[in-house]
Amino acid sequence: MKHRPQDPAWGERDRLVLCKGHAAPALYATLAHAGYFDCEALVSLRKTGSMLQGHPTRQTPGVDISTGSLGQGLSIANGMALAGRLDGKTYRVYALMGDGECDEGQVWEAAMTANHLGLSNITAIIDRNGVQSDDATENVKKKEPLDRKWHSFGWQVLEIDGHNFMQIHHSFDVAEWTTDRPTIIIARTVKGKGLSFLEGDANSHNATFSEEDLEWAMEELRYS
Amino acid sequence: MPSLREELGKVLAELGREYKDVTVITGDLGKSTGASAFEAFPERYFNLGISEQDMMGTAAGLASAGKIPIVNTYAVFLSGRAWEQIRNTVGRDRLNVKMVATHAGISPCADGSSHQCFEDIAIMRCIPGLTLVLPADVSEMKHAMRAAVETAGPFYIRLPRGEIPRIFHDEDGFQIGRARRMSDGGDVAIVAAGFLIPEAVKAEALLRKDGIRATLLDMHTIKPADTQTIVEVARQTGGIVTAEDHNILGGLGSTVAEIVCRDSPVPVEMIGIRDRFGESGELRELMEIYGLTARHIYNAAERVMKLKERS
Repeated sequence: MKHRPQDPAWGERDRLVLCKGHAAPALYATLAHAGYFDCEALVSLRKTGSMLQGHPTRQTPGVDISTGSLGQGLSIANGMALAGRLDGKTYRVYALMGDGECDEGQVWEAAMTANHLGLSNITAIIDRNGVQSDDATENVKKKEPLDRKWHSFGWQVLEIDGHNFMQIHHSFDVAEWTTDRPTIIIARTVKGKGLSFLEGDANSHNATFSEEDLEWAMEELRYS
Repeated sequence: MPSLREELGKVLAELGREYKDVTVITGDLGKSTGASAFEAFPERYFNLGISEQDMMGTAAGLASAGKIPIVNTYAVFLSGRAWEQIRNTVGRDRLNVKMVATHAGISPCADGSSHQCFEDIAIMRCIPGLTLVLPADVSEMKHAMRAAVETAGPFYIRLPRGEIPRIFHDEDGFQIGRARRMSDGGDVAIVAAGFLIPEAVKAEALLRKDGIRATLLDMHTIKPADTQTIVEVARQTGGIVTAEDHNILGGLGSTVAEIVCRDSPVPVEMIGIRDRFGESGELRELMEIYGLTARHIYNAAERVMKLKERS
C-alpha cells in the first residue's frame, strides 16, 4: 500500500477497509509495526478507554473507517474509490473481506456497483478460510463456486495461496495493472496457520489462549 | 401549489451548482422524487439501483473521502432498509451523509401500507449525532437542505410527496434547532411539524374563532430539539397538543413529552397514527380516518384544556 504512517491523513494514500472488522487485532499489530503508533499500546486492546477498540474505529491512527458489521465494507470501499475518481486522485482502495461475510446481500449489491461503475481502483480480498462462526462455510450457506460467482458479477478473479507472500504481491500487481474491471483475490487460507495445535481446527475461530498456549505458540512461530 | 418533486429537483440543482463536493445517490426512484434533476451533473449523480444498503455504504465511503453525498429515496426504504448502515457506519463515524427522505408518512396514500412510513422519526432520532428535520413547506425544505450541506454530520430530512402549500417566505428566518412560534396564546399549545403544519394552522384559527388562544409552534427540528422553547411553551400554556403524520409512539409527540415531563409536566395529547399500519386510499379520506385533520387537533386541544383544569 502507498501510505505514510507519519501522515495518516495524506490525501493520496491508499485506503484499507477492514470489512471483516473482527480481525482488528491483526490490523492493529500491523499498524503498530508500520509505525502508526507505539507497539506498547497493543496490550490495551479492548480495555476501557483504549484507542484500540474491539472492532476498528477511527480512534486508531491509520484506520480510515469504523467497521465491525459484516457486509458493509465493500460498499464503503466503492464510495472511497468513487471519491478518488471524482477528485482525479490515484489512490487504490483495498477491501479485506471474510468468506462467511459473503452471506450478506449487501456484498453482492456492492459487487454489482463496482462492476457497473468500472471501479478498477478497488482490490478486494477474501480470506477464504472455509470457516465461519458456527460451522464450516459450506455447511452454513454454500458459497462455492465462489470464483465463478464473482466472475459472473464482472470482476477479475485471482485465486492464490493466502500464506504465500510472492503470490500475494503478484496478485496485487495484477490488480493494479487491470484498468477495466475491479479485482478480487480469493486467498485460500488455513485458520491458525503455523500453529500445530490450532491449524485446521474449526473451534479455533473463537478460541482463547492460555499462558501455556501462548508460550508454545511463540516457540512454533519463532521457528517457522 | 408547489410540487415537491419539482421543487426538490430545483434545490438539489442549486446546491450542486454551488457546492462541487455535493453528490446525489438515488435508489432508482430519482424520477419519482425529483432528485433526477441532479443529472445535470452526470459525473456526480449515482443511481445505484434498488439497493438502499449499498447506497448508504457508498455514501459513507464518499463522505469519508471529503464528499457531501445526498442520499435520496422513499422514507420507508431509506430509514428502514438501510437503518443498520446508518447506525453502524454513518452514525458511529458522524459522517457527512445527508439523507433526504421523501414520500414519508401518509402521503403515499394510494400505494398503501407498505409505503406509508410511520416509524422513521422514531428510529432515526435514537441515533447519536444525527440531525433530524421535518420541513413544513418548500421554503423550510430549501433552508433545511442548505443547512444540511453546510453543517458537518449526518442529517435526516423528512419530506412528503405531492403538492404542499406555501406557509413561509424564504426571508422568514429558519434555524436548525430553533422551533418557530407561529402564534401566541396562553390557553393551549399546538406543537407540530412537517406535513401537518397546514392542519395545525387551520386548527389554531378555529380555536381563535371560538375564543381560545393557542400558541402554535413549528417544531421543525426534532433533533436537536429546542428544549428551551418547549419548556417555555409548556409553562405558558399548561397543556400541549402535538401533531404528526407518524406513529404516536416515538415521534414528535414523544420527544415533547420526554422534554416536558422533567422540567414542566403538563398534559400532552398526541395527534398521530395510533400504532397501526396504513392502507390505500385518497389522501383527505385517509387523514380523516386516521385522525390527522384540523378538527382532530381542535378536539384534542379541548381535551387537553379539560385535563389542565383537573390538574
